[in-house]
Amino acid sequence: MSEKSRRTPKHRFLHDVIKNKFSYLITVPALLYVLVFSYFSYPYIAIAFQRYSYQNSTIWSIFTNGNWIGLQNFKFFFQSQYASQITFNTIYLNLLFIMTGTVMSVLLALFLSELRSRRFTKITQSLMLFPNYISWIIVSYMVLSLFSNQYGIINKLLVGSGGKAKNWYVDASVWPAILVFVRIWKGAGMNAIIYLAAIAGLDSTLHEAGQIDGASRFQIATRITLPMIMPTIVIMTMLAVGRIMFGDFGMIYALVGDNGTLYRTTDIIDTYVFRALRQVGDPSQAMAISLFQSVIGFVMVFGSNALVRKLYPDGALY
Amino acid sequence: MEKAISLGKIKKRYSWANFFISLFILLFSLMCLLPMVLTLMVSISDESAIMRNGYSFFPQKYSLYAYELMFQGDSSVVRGYTVSVLITVVGTLAAVLITSLAAYTLANKSVQYRSKLGLVFFVPMIFSAGMVPWYLICSRLGLRDNVWALLIPNLLFSPFNLFLVRNYMSGLPDSLRESATIDGANDALIAFRIYLPLSLPVIATIGLFYGLGYWNDWWNAIMLIDQKRLYPIQYLLLQLRSQISMLRDLQYLAGAGYVTPPSESLKMATAVITIGPIVLLYPFLQRYYIKGMVVGSVKG
Repeated sequence: MSEKSRRTPKHRFLHDVIKNKFSYLITVPALLYVLVFSYFSYPYIAIAFQRYSYQNSTIWSIFTNGNWIGLQNFKFFFQSQYASQITFNTIYLNLLFIMTGTVMSVLLALFLSELRSRRFTKITQSLMLFPNYISWIIVSYMVLSLFSNQYGIINKLLVGSGGKAKNWYVDASVWPAILVFVRIWKGAGMNAIIYLAAIAGLDSTLHEAGQIDGASRFQIATRITLPMIMPTIVIMTMLAVGRIMFGDFGMIYALVGDNGTLYRTTDIIDTYVFRALRQVGDPSQAMAISLFQSVIGFVMVFGSNALVRKLYPDGALY
Repeated sequence: MEKAISLGKIKKRYSWANFFISLFILLFSLMCLLPMVLTLMVSISDESAIMRNGYSFFPQKYSLYAYELMFQGDSSVVRGYTVSVLITVVGTLAAVLITSLAAYTLANKSVQYRSKLGLVFFVPMIFSAGMVPWYLICSRLGLRDNVWALLIPNLLFSPFNLFLVRNYMSGLPDSLRESATIDGANDALIAFRIYLPLSLPVIATIGLFYGLGYWNDWWNAIMLIDQKRLYPIQYLLLQLRSQISMLRDLQYLAGAGYVTPPSESLKMATAVITIGPIVLLYPFLQRYYIKGMVVGSVKG
């Protein structure tokens, strides 16, 4: 037996560290970062089952001094009217975003791939990517410039064409539509580029065969290109579906903020948890809701990934 | 003869399709640009024109007043801008260094435990305990109301970027390391003189990811910052959006003899200068950011 195989795993690890000390050393900052901000965060989940006190702020004291109250935080949340409302809003809005976003970006990608003029393609692509880079706060300014009650362009157009100005920021029922619109505006360009890359990567022999057989461009697009990028579409969609329990806090908070009149249709789990934590100041209550979100979210992520792996083994995330 | 006619027909149909497709793309890209143009036009409008006619693409009266005011005296906009520039530059440099060094180790084939190490970074990508523990940990570590609270939490390191660089470095030929080792180079030399320089394209990509993350961030500020002098520009914009705080902010200007503080144009002017760096970096974003997005989204 060689010396190597007799070493215990611990020995082998130490040996590896000594041999590659520089490599291990330069990993320390990153390791420390995930250790502190990710691994140390997991034990805090226990406060969902406690009445939190700010004295117990270390991981150790959570378990030794915790005031355990069982499922009371969960009960409190699920008995309130908000539980169903924010869960519904989170899922409903995400579904709307996924459906409209996918259709729009695939359409844009197919159209972009049909363009002949390189310069036109380049310019329009640059323009439609622009919203992707700006923060939701800036986007909220642009939304304001459109929908503002006093000065907004849309109200101006309404009044100009003989209609009546509408106070958009108090009417909850129009906001899912506005959010969908803004979402497409900000994200469809980038997603289209991702689909466009998938189209560009396709083997062109099928297209050539189609052309020779006299297929029209419409037929080539719908019968050849679309089926061939379907794996990419399914994978991207499933991964988005996996994250259906997680709302976009930045988007909702920047656009809606603390405007309570719009909560009925716009308040999502993430904004609710934020308020429970920072405005109400109850970490345990916030943690309970967050845990509910994470557990279902975790199942969804795994489920959708398993499905992707079954359909397209190469596309799974893990 | 017949064939030629039918070809002509197809050509004609094609051109209609071309026209429709080009029009659709053109309209969508204009739609992406116009709100930006509107913001710019409002920022150079005279306040009285806004009061009379609302926001407009073609203001009746132009004025650069808002921009003048912005850079006057002890302006909160200038301070917020400075804070943002500072954390973006320092944060991005640190983040890129931390990430690419760790990525080197994960790609280093002589490190036996590199895949286990990779797993340590992978788990946090899959399961996050959410904002509550994160907030409690930041508070516990004293990351409250100081510049570290803007620099460290959330933005300084992302496993996603780590794997992006790792994958790129793994794609470099092994013979590079072998021949360098034979020539007597140690690990540090191989990392800094061979792997990092060769990985510059992907490092540029994650640099833009991190940089944009820092520049556009207001999450750390909303969660961890109370002092006004530490507000980054994005968070200041969030605060400025409510008219009341804006007017309070402008009171000293009104005291200095201005009749109507140009709050609307000043708000939009602040938004415009916040977009500034993104416009400046646009060529790089087009080149490196998109590449990273495409690679990262198809295979994370």
